[in-house]
Amino acid sequence: MHYFANPTHFTRLAGRIQQWAGGLAAGLLIAGLYLALVVAPADYQQGETVRIMFVHVPSAWMALFCYSFLAVASAVALIWKHPLADMAAKASAPIGAGFTFLALVTGSLWGKPMWGTWWVWDARLTSVLILLFLYLGYMALWQAIEDGQKAAKAAAVLALVGAVNVPIIKFSVDWWNTLHQPASVLRMDGPAIHPSMLWPLLVMALAFKAYFVTLLLARMRMELNLRRIRALRLADRTS
Amino acid sequence: MKPLISIIARDLRLAVRQGGATLLALVFFVLTVTLFPLGVGPEPAILARIAPGVLWVAALLAAMLSLDRLFQSDFEDGSLEQLVLSGLPVGGVVLAKIIAHWMTTGFPLLLAAPFLAVLLNMNGEGFTALMLTMLIGTPALSLIGAIGAALTLTVRRGGFLLSLLVLPLYIPVLIFGVSAIDAAVHGLNAKPHLLLLAALTVACLPLCPWAAAAAVKLSLD
Repeated sequence: MHYFANPTHFTRLAGRIQQWAGGLAAGLLIAGLYLALVVAPADYQQGETVRIMFVHVPSAWMALFCYSFLAVASAVALIWKHPLADMAAKASAPIGAGFTFLALVTGSLWGKPMWGTWWVWDARLTSVLILLFLYLGYMALWQAIEDGQKAAKAAAVLALVGAVNVPIIKFSVDWWNTLHQPASVLRMDGPAIHPSMLWPLLVMALAFKAYFVTLLLARMRMELNLRRIRALRLADRTS
Repeated sequence: MKPLISIIARDLRLAVRQGGATLLALVFFVLTVTLFPLGVGPEPAILARIAPGVLWVAALLAAMLSLDRLFQSDFEDGSLEQLVLSGLPVGGVVLAKIIAHWMTTGFPLLLAAPFLAVLLNMNGEGFTALMLTMLIGTPALSLIGAIGAALTLTVRRGGFLLSLLVLPLYIPVLIFGVSAIDAAVHGLNAKPHLLLLAALTVACLPLCPWAAAAAVKLSLD
């Protein structure tokens, strides 16, 4: 693991994976959109608007996944002090915030025709909105503290404190009486959704996942380069 | 135990001598609550409907604004560093400071709340629930706020960042606190909500000082 703590090794590996992941993301996205928009059947009740689900659900899954990734990376940074861990966490935060925002917006657009309202303060929507604020607070803390090492540790502590929100979001539809529909895919009894809709959903989810990997690696390489620039500037100034 | 008590006593003495903390938090609480009838209109039915929420939001904001008193002055004159270096468990030191902070800024809100509830025409049945939720919930506010205060110690003008970090974490306390009072007002059983709120506070009791201690230690070196 510490082999890749070396920036050069990491950059080389990341570059190769990134190209591969980018291609995969593009291919899966095209396939997924075709499956979602053309092949999947219209819902008997919702009609064509059900197709928003194929963007909304993967974004929501990614929003939660990104925060879990961020929290795990922060834990690794605090416990094992792997040099790339906090950088991975920092890089994934804006991506996760973007997915959360996308989930909220697509959900809102779906809610208007489905529920008759753009927004409702039920447990699922409220806790996802809190997730968005947690992401923004995390990014703000990184920005606010000047010393990179201190900022990394402080942000790691914050990420772990906010991690308690993730199970709350996941189980909010079970614990509370909510307007948002209960779990249909990741349940103890297996998916409650028909395969003709499940497969496009899974393909889109994989596409989003590959997209996340692409973006994450790109951001990590960018962050490494920024640190190199900062180090060079410091060396230049002090020499 | 004795060092804990002496830290609490020290912080209380400092709060009394520096003055203002308690009074400022109280005045802010009263002012914020007063703004709502002026903004929303004096219609008693509407005020009664929003009273629990308004009281809790104002308490939240007052607690949040008083947070920089927790560590900032000790951090600035170096005594926080001395406390950490003293060999005492940092989590214990932080807990002692949180207890003193709650006694000076959280507890007074509890005393002012029923009077403000009268101003907002809150239904009589909600008063017990109000006192209980404030008693159980305001310590959680100090506990959770301590994490934010410790994280933003080294940040200049950290006030806004503190609110961004702490307010999302306060939301569960707000939700359970208000739902308990609402349940009581409507004649339903407030006990489940109160128990959940108590669970929150009790969970924060060991976890928040631990996280805040980690944040204090990394702010110091």
